Parts: sequence; structure tokens; C-alpha cells
Amino acid sequence: MIAENRIILKNAGHIDPSGIDDYIACGGYSALGKAQGREPGDIVEEIAASGLRGRGGAGFPTGIKKKAAAGSVTKGTKYVVCNADEGEPGTFKDRMIMENDPHLLIEGMIIAALAIGSGKGFIYIRGEYYRSVELLHKAIDDARKRGMLGQNIQGSGFSFDLEIRLGAGSYLCGEELTLLESLEGKRGYPRIKPPFPAEKGLWGEPTLVNNVETLASLPSIISYGAAWYRSRGTEKTPGTKIFTVSGDVKKPGCYETDAGVRLGDIIDNLAGGTADGKPWRTVLLGGAAGTFVPPSYADATMCYDALREKGATLGSGAIIVVGSDRKLIPFIQSILRFFRHESCGKCVPCRIGTSYLHDRSMLLGKADAEGRKAIIDDMLNHSKQMAKSSLCPLGQSPVLPVESLHRHLRESIAKE
Amino acid sequence: MQSKHHLMDPKKIVARFRPDKSELLPVLHALQDSHPQNYLTEESMKAAARHLGVNLSWVYGVAGYYTMFSLEPRGRYLIRVCNSPVCSLLGSEPLLQRLEVVLGVHTGETTPDGIFTLEESECLGICEVAPAMMVNRDTFGNLTPEKIDKIIGDLRNSQKDTK
Repeated sequence: MIAENRIILKNAGHIDPSGIDDYIACGGYSALGKAQGREPGDIVEEIAASGLRGRGGAGFPTGIKKKAAAGSVTKGTKYVVCNADEGEPGTFKDRMIMENDPHLLIEGMIIAALAIGSGKGFIYIRGEYYRSVELLHKAIDDARKRGMLGQNIQGSGFSFDLEIRLGAGSYLCGEELTLLESLEGKRGYPRIKPPFPAEKGLWGEPTLVNNVETLASLPSIISYGAAWYRSRGTEKTPGTKIFTVSGDVKKPGCYETDAGVRLGDIIDNLAGGTADGKPWRTVLLGGAAGTFVPPSYADATMCYDALREKGATLGSGAIIVVGSDRKLIPFIQSILRFFRHESCGKCVPCRIGTSYLHDRSMLLGKADAEGRKAIIDDMLNHSKQMAKSSLCPLGQSPVLPVESLHRHLRESIAKE
Repeated sequence: MQSKHHLMDPKKIVARFRPDKSELLPVLHALQDSHPQNYLTEESMKAAARHLGVNLSWVYGVAGYYTMFSLEPRGRYLIRVCNSPVCSLLGSEPLLQRLEVVLGVHTGETTPDGIFTLEESECLGICEVAPAMMVNRDTFGNLTPEKIDKIIGDLRNSQKDTK
């Protein structure tokens, strides 16, 4: 049996998220006090030593991003941008953080700003998250009134303020460089990397872009230290991870555990097992831009590297469970429809490729067993070409579900 | 959102924002939210272009890119049915079909009385209560066709009350 181990969600459900008093009574903003007593370089080192990895999906070491942003020199302003454009299907962890503990995110952003020497931050949040937006507006106002944001924070001489910006229904804007384009008031078209945001980000200035869950991890790392953080999780994925379980389970929801627990334990112990009590047919890990895994992966270790070695992804932490009696063809079609809808159309392989993959998937239902196998083979071939030739992560993503589908489910779909 | 029955002057709305082109998305949100029919009129986009110092074509280009912005009038109640992988797995398609019957419109259309617009949406991020939908700013989850009937019935009744 495993249990939740809540660090980021420790206040969720226990405090009033529409005020600041409960958060402070639970020790909130004490990490900021500690951070203000330290050198910025020291804060960056602490975060790097914690081994925290970006929780948006890619798992990139947060310390390296912070070091790069801290090391960039500008005569203008450095920016901290919170990526709250949560749009990966099956993912709702950032919403849970913002709706339950908005000040935790704000405190994390101020600590990040102190670390890299930023004076201005933005929270780019998806436009449909009305409740999160409302609570964050209130939280920012309250934090300003208490002197946590604004000029000369807590008499330290350090100034930092925050603004909320709403997305408008584009999945691609969750990609960090596209998000910056959108913040600048443009269409959500991806930029070519490099330069990375740490060198040239928002309005060409050094910019740190972090996910909500990543930033919300910073206060506890500063409060209790890197060694404490590393005592949780695995060597390469320290700390906790929030998993969002959805689909055919008894208790869909948001569960925070140490990284590295078994997939089967999350589904059976935390999410109550499958809805019909039978073994699951497959699980889609990491959302639409994720990978299918078969029931034999119940023993898989839920951390970035262990999953990658098995050809799977942790991604955003989405765990979409598909029950034994479900047909998979409509599910695959909806994944590929999603990519077709969200492709921005800027680069040809993705614009044509996402439509092509969806069109092919629509032929699966009418084809016989051999025909289905041939279609899946063709989809794999095309999704690989797209991954090699597309400009941004969107065109590089369909290969993840398609390749894992090909590996684990080709035979069973043929017979479906 | 339900209380906005009167058209506000777009010039007054855009004047609340800094005249900087990076303000375009917030400006478009404010203009759309202020309109009783929940969309961006040509007049409002012209006001945005003038205030921010960009071409009207630029404003159109941005407004047309983002799914949440509409260039067509929409109903007082915008119904967005999540049709992403999780919701479709758990049965969003029968919900859409039921809504089309109950409202008498196809997906993407507005009822002739201007009360409801039916849209399908990619993931709304409320997968723990899939299948789900939003009506304006409110979320409805664990939906069944029967629940759809009740939600629409309640909204129609509240419409009568306000008349």
C-alpha cells in the first residue's frame, strides 16, 4: 500500500484560498523570509542541489534553467514567467494548486525572482480557468497589501511585481517560447530555439519560464533544504510529483506522492482501481503527448528516467486509464483530432502531418485486421517523419502515442 | 457575465489598457466579455487597433488564431462540451448529440433566440469529473444525457424569470 505524501498540496483543503491569513498561519511566506537572508547565488545553488526537475512535462533540471537566467546580463528587466497554460489532456494539477493554494505559487515566484534578479513576473494562465484567475487576482492584491509584492519587499530593497495574463484556448501556447509570443500579444507561433528564454525571452530579455508545480515546489526546498527534498523520490527524480488520474477508475483525481512509486499502486491504492474491477486494457501516461503502456507496466517506476528506459513518458503526470472493455479506435481518433486542432499551421510537416494522421485513424474502424495493422504501420512511419522535421514540440509529439500504440496494442486493435 | 445586457462603447473599454501592442490579448478578452453576444465586432477590433497602434489586419490575425475569441455573435449561454480524449472515452459524444437535439442546433451554432451557443472544446482541464462541459464560467461534470436535460431546462427557466 502507498499513501499520498503531500508537500505541494499540503494546504489543499485545509486553508481558505481566498485569503492570505490561513496561508501565513500555516507557515506561508516564511520561505521568502529565509530566501531574503541569503545571497541569490546561494538560492540558485540550493535549488540546483535539490535536483528539482521541471514539472511541466519535459523534466528539465530547474537548477540549470535558473543558473542560465541568473547568469544572463541585461541593462533592462529580467522576467519570471509562470506557465499556467495547462492544456495537456488528462492534466489538471496546476489548476488544483492555484485553486487551493494560490499564495504558494506566488511565494515560489518571488523566490525565483530573488534567485535570478528579476523585477517583474507574469502568470500566463489558460483562459478557461476562471476560478484560478479570480483567486490569483485576489491573492496578488493581498500579497501587495502585506508588502510581499511591489517596491522594496519587506524592507529588503528588492522589488518584484506580478501580472496575470490570460491565454485564449491554444494548447501550443503551453510551449515556453510560444507562450512568450502570446504574452507579447501575437499569434501563438513557436520560435526557433536557440536562443533559449534564459538568454533572449520576453521582449528579448532574459526570462525564466517555469511550470506552476515547479514554482510551487520552491518554498519547501528553501524552507527545509535540498537534502530534505532529496530524501523523497528517486536519485534522478527527487521530491514529489502530482499525478492526475482519470478515465476508468473508481476515484479519479489528483494525487501527490514521492516520485518513483509503482504505477499500479497509484491506480489501485490511490485511485481505487478500475471502475469495473477488471485489469485495465492500457494506460496513457503523460496525456495526448504521452505513451500507451500495457498492464505489465503496473510495476513501472514513476520517475522520468526509469520510464524513458522503458520507452514511456512521465510527462505532465497524467494517468489516463482505459478499462478492459473499451474500444481503443475512437480513443486514438480523439487524440489525433486533438493534435490536428492544435497544430498552428506554421510548419508544413505538422500542419499536413496532423491532418494525415487523423484521416488515417478514421479509416481504422472500417478496415479488417490486416488493414488495421497496415494503417498503424503507416501512421508510425509518418509520425516519425514529423518528429524529425517539425519545428516545435507539437509536431514532435504524435510519435509518442503512435509509436507506443504500435508497440503494445497493434495486435489487439487489429482484433478489436 | 449574465448581467451584461447593454452594449458598452469599445473605445471606453480599450482606454483602460496601456497603449502597447503586448496588451492585445487582454484587450480582446475585455472587448469580447463586455459584448452581450460574447464576440468581437469589427468596431471593437478597430478600436483595439487604434488604441494599441497596430493594423486592423494584425488584430484580426490574432483574434482569428485563438479558439476562445469569436468573430461571430454567440448566445447568452456559451456551452463548451469537452471532447478531448478523457471526456470522449467516458462518453462526450452522446452528450453532444443530446444537446443538439435539445437545443435544435448543430455543434458550432447558436439558437435562433440567441440564448444558447453549442461548441465542442479540447481539454477543459476538469478530467476528474469527465465527461464535462462549461456553461459560461460554470463547470458541470459527471454528465449524462439526463443531466443535460435538467441543466438546459433550468437555464431556460431562469431566462423566463429574468424577462
